[in-house]
Amino acid sequence: MSLARELLNSTTQVIAKMGAVMLFLGRILGQVPASLARPGLIVAQIHNAGALSLVIIMTCGLFVGMVLGLQGYDLLQRFGSESALGTGTALALLRELGPVVTALLFAGRAGTALASEIGLMRATDQLVAMEMMAVDSVRRVVAPRFLGGLIAMPLLTMIFVAIAIFGVQLVGVQQLGVDRGTFWSQMQGSVKMSDVTEGWIKGCVFGAACTLVAVYEGYTAAPTAEGVGQATTRTVVISAVLTLALDYILTALLL
Amino acid sequence: MASAPSSTRTETLSQHVVEVRDVAYSIGGRTIFSGLTLNIERGRVTAIMGPSGTGKTTLLKLITGQIRPDRGQVLVEGRDVARLSRRELYALRQRMGMLFQNGALLTDLDVFENVAFPLREHTKLPEPLISHIVLTKLQSVGLRGAWALMPAELSGGMARRVALARAMAMDPDMLIYDEPFAGLDPISMGVILRLLRQMNDALGITSILVSHDVEEITTVADTSYILADGKVVAHGNPQDLKKSDSELVRQFMNGIADGPVAFHYPAPDLREQLLADVD
Amino acid sequence: MQQSRAMEVSTGLFVLLGFAALLFLATQITNRDVGANGKSYEVTARYENIGGLKVGAPVSMAGVTIGRVDGIAFDQKVYKAVVKMRIKDEFNKIPDDSDASIMTSGLLGGQYVGISAGGSETFLKAGSQIQFVQDALVLENLINRLVASFASKKDSDAPAEEKK
Repeated sequence: MSLARELLNSTTQVIAKMGAVMLFLGRILGQVPASLARPGLIVAQIHNAGALSLVIIMTCGLFVGMVLGLQGYDLLQRFGSESALGTGTALALLRELGPVVTALLFAGRAGTALASEIGLMRATDQLVAMEMMAVDSVRRVVAPRFLGGLIAMPLLTMIFVAIAIFGVQLVGVQQLGVDRGTFWSQMQGSVKMSDVTEGWIKGCVFGAACTLVAVYEGYTAAPTAEGVGQATTRTVVISAVLTLALDYILTALLL
Repeated sequence: MASAPSSTRTETLSQHVVEVRDVAYSIGGRTIFSGLTLNIERGRVTAIMGPSGTGKTTLLKLITGQIRPDRGQVLVEGRDVARLSRRELYALRQRMGMLFQNGALLTDLDVFENVAFPLREHTKLPEPLISHIVLTKLQSVGLRGAWALMPAELSGGMARRVALARAMAMDPDMLIYDEPFAGLDPISMGVILRLLRQMNDALGITSILVSHDVEEITTVADTSYILADGKVVAHGNPQDLKKSDSELVRQFMNGIADGPVAFHYPAPDLREQLLADVD
Repeated sequence: MQQSRAMEVSTGLFVLLGFAALLFLATQITNRDVGANGKSYEVTARYENIGGLKVGAPVSMAGVTIGRVDGIAFDQKVYKAVVKMRIKDEFNKIPDDSDASIMTSGLLGGQYVGISAGGSETFLKAGSQIQFVQDALVLENLINRLVASFASKKDSDAPAEEKK
């Protein structure tokens, strides 16, 4: 097949998949009210997506903060502006690093767990069995997981940023000698509430996107062992690309 | 509990619970059915048999409304399944119980919760009553003592029995078994056979059985359909089918290695292929 | 289900932790300056040229920040920039003949409004307009003035020599 024909095929496939995912989202949203009637399920999913991701988020947050502190100090020192360490890192974390890194970690940990869990249910006929028992599998299985991810992500983002700033402080103030008062007051002087809300909004949008990709891939996985594996891989790849693309769009919109 | 479509209560119940009329279905370029017609009688155990790949599971999907035929009709209790709305389809499915090949128990729930699942989703019964129903169903399949186990802790045979208890939880009119004997040891197989027959007779329900275990079917089925090439090729009592005039049917029922269904996959001439390298 | 109690507790803790982080970020790292409308009053000033002054720039007296620039508009009738400022309520004794100049912080820093006190007995209140202003220093104007002053110095030297 000629290159042009292949390109056309691939593009059509991508567009078709986007359409399918949007339709799936519509179906999920349609089931949200019914699924809210079983809050126990949603709580369990917030636990799965959020509480179980805490360890990795907090650890990585600390390291990211510490690295930012080191790099930031080294960079700013060349211009004699070490006092801007707090400001620079807080803004970078809140607006970009926090939401994006959290989303990527989330896709890696919670996204794959979701995709493989639902994919396994597909492969062992559990989803079909539910449909045969006249229970809508989207309402019972997919919607609670979607809501769980959606609620957990912005919270995880905030935790990440907070711990990361603590990490910056650890390196910058404790270790490298930036004045504590300067660090915090400079930060407080430049960071606005709108920056915090920008981080929160990005967290919500990325959460929706990554969770949607994960549940979609799991739900539509081929009902075999390799089907589940492929679904998990695709989840991470598509989540990453989608997060970064949405990041650009959101940044342009919010600035 | 949910009630069946009201039309069947006001008329006399027809003899055929399921009618498949001249159904054609193909997928991915492959024709699976090209004119399939069969009827499932009320209150009987009907077996659907045939060589691998003839679409037995596809037939089940058509009956339960998971897929729609390209042509023809599938009627359940007199209603065309393909035309039902989602809500009506769900109402219909509440009157059916389905047993999957590997049990398909929900892995994050224990045995008790698995059997209770349909009750919790569709009814608002109080907890003591649910418990009563679940334990009774488990008792009838001999697994009341296993109520606290997780599906991962069950053997294949036990998992299937729990799945049977779950399929019965809502007291359906019809039970569908998809390859219930596949991969079971002889004892478990005997257990399932006994349960199958007992359930059908004790509760007056209709059972549809998809399998290709000829011996088991012969012991338990009242009537049987053999599918091949997208159509029904034989129909009747399993004992009679063994002595059928058709060579295909006899080959299948008696397990003969070579016959109308060839032993050899189509290949070029043996001599040509082997000796071609020698030259 | 057996573990639901422990799960509920851990989920609750997670959500609490998330909101605690949000609260921390919102209060500890953002500036808690002039915020809600109730705590400040608005005054205006008109300028020929505001230079690089931006919304959100500080308004200060004697180097202390007492408010923020709230809005910048353009009056087409008199062709002047209208700068709206919000001053914290606690600073309500600013004489209404004070001077509001646009200054630059540091050599290359951002611009801000610096108010130097006048001597009037009446004070600025909500809606007042500051009459005495000093525009931002624009680099080109400075250079022109410098060139002009060199040129005029030359002129004033030349006739003086002729007179001799």
